[in-house]
Amino acid sequence: MTTTDSELVTTSLLKKNFPKSILETHCHRGDETVVIDRKDLLSICEFLRDDEGCSYEMLVDLTAVDLLEQNRTPRFEMVYHFKSLRHGKRIRVKVRLDEQDCSIDSIYHLWKAVDWYERECFDMYGIHFNNHPDLRRILMYDQFEGHPLRKDYPMDRQQPIEELREIEERYHYQRDV
Amino acid sequence: MSLATQQLSSLVTPPPQGDSDTSIMKIEIGPSHPAMHGIVRFTTYLDGELIVGMEPEIGYLHRGFEKESENSKWIQVVPYTDRLNYVSPLLNNIGYSMAVEKLYGIEAPRRAEFTRVIMGEISRITDHLTCVGAASMEVGAFTFFLWFIKAREYLWELVEEVTGARLTTNWTRFGGNATDIPDGFFDALQERLDKVKDIMDECDKLLTRNKIFIDRVKDVGTFSKEDAISFGFTGPMLRACGVPYDVRRADPYSVYDEIDFEIPIGSTGDCFDRYLVRMEEIRQSISIIEQAADMMPAGPIMTDERLMHYPDKKEVYGNIEGLIDHFKLVMEGHQPPEGEVYLPTEGGNGEIGFYLVSDGSGDPVRVRMRPACFNYVEAMPAMTVGHYVADIVPIFGSVNMIGGELDR
Repeated sequence: MTTTDSELVTTSLLKKNFPKSILETHCHRGDETVVIDRKDLLSICEFLRDDEGCSYEMLVDLTAVDLLEQNRTPRFEMVYHFKSLRHGKRIRVKVRLDEQDCSIDSIYHLWKAVDWYERECFDMYGIHFNNHPDLRRILMYDQFEGHPLRKDYPMDRQQPIEELREIEERYHYQRDV
Repeated sequence: MSLATQQLSSLVTPPPQGDSDTSIMKIEIGPSHPAMHGIVRFTTYLDGELIVGMEPEIGYLHRGFEKESENSKWIQVVPYTDRLNYVSPLLNNIGYSMAVEKLYGIEAPRRAEFTRVIMGEISRITDHLTCVGAASMEVGAFTFFLWFIKAREYLWELVEEVTGARLTTNWTRFGGNATDIPDGFFDALQERLDKVKDIMDECDKLLTRNKIFIDRVKDVGTFSKEDAISFGFTGPMLRACGVPYDVRRADPYSVYDEIDFEIPIGSTGDCFDRYLVRMEEIRQSISIIEQAADMMPAGPIMTDERLMHYPDKKEVYGNIEGLIDHFKLVMEGHQPPEGEVYLPTEGGNGEIGFYLVSDGSGDPVRVRMRPACFNYVEAMPAMTVGHYVADIVPIFGSVNMIGGELDR
């Protein structure tokens, strides 16, 4: 699975167009990866989607990694996986986020799949997506405290689900919408 | 007015007074509803019977798969993956193990890969049979559910012969499989496949040109190619929209590049197209299994790479390397080298991708599974708004939502 640099079309295109915002690139096990600056995420994502040479029409996956136990700063990494059906390529874009300021621009308007992925990422890691129109928890319930996939969230912590009173309130029959 | 009518009318809520916006009715469908395939809730807004708004709520089956995995050893994650898409557990086993193998940079022996292809395709057939059977039952064709479940049972018995369990298979290991196929397996396989083919032909005759069925599913849940791509659709859902994207062909893994198969596509992306695509994929999977069975090479089913598998007992008791390897694997577990990989595989209802991050210590840093049906449920409002409330049932049936995979 060795890939030479000349084959990394997207990496070289990004390096040419955004010379200052590409922090690092690698191709471990054939997965083309670029690490970019947080403030250029929107323009790079737009470029990846719309440029003829890239045309990544599909956002395959969006998630985060917590590197607390590796003592890495910045602590969080956002990971985006894109797929180009036209060119049959994949790319991974990573953005590093500080613990103190873990917010990033939402790419909500670029792919429709982003909405729930960002909600899940917010739910699990507490990363705030600026300009996301509906940033609520998705897998956990609203009363849940903390963000379970953070490494400092204890495995065995238990949280009571809800007060009985609130359940009764919610199921009280109300005709108005 | 008779007494009975008076009594009846007192039970019915009086119509809303005034011109306030009371024509929209809010109905909660699910979470505990037979058509909700497990547990998902749709808050539906209706104007008469027309759906004008919908909001899915998920998370009822969230078990913390990723958290559990990140607090386990690498090999301990394999049984957890059975519980993701529990209709085709082998495909999850294979996807995860191949991702770890990619992290190591090794490949399983060819016999193991061919066995994986056979078992994976059996799982894909069971997945599609469940989806088509359940979806047709919900629109009234109860016979097909029973027949398809019967066909699924034949295949699950095969799975049981090889792995020892029908659902909780826990079959793959890093660099190979836990068990080889037993003696006489191929005869049983061919016999079962013939039975499944017969059932398929019969059901095809009864259902594909059945007017009652077509009326319920044709032009229902239509989805455009562009929207499907933007929503991240994969698998049969995307192919029904007319995009010939199949991970087995687009990013070939295992030995799929040596096997000849076709990718069925639809045209409009409605529920009928999804049904047709799944039916054809079952036939293609049968053909893949037959080809792989013919090509099955002899040889080992486990890699001979050190620190990947438990050494033979002869090695453990006979020489020092075997003993040390055994000790290190038991005490420290697998230690994939530092790095990160994403491996996409074609699951039962779309692309299953495992994103793994290792720091070389033996404890996973990140185990992320890309759920295929996450995007489908997200797109449910886009698919249902503008349809009638009865159309939710065929649309949601064709989506093939699996709670274990959706909520993880």
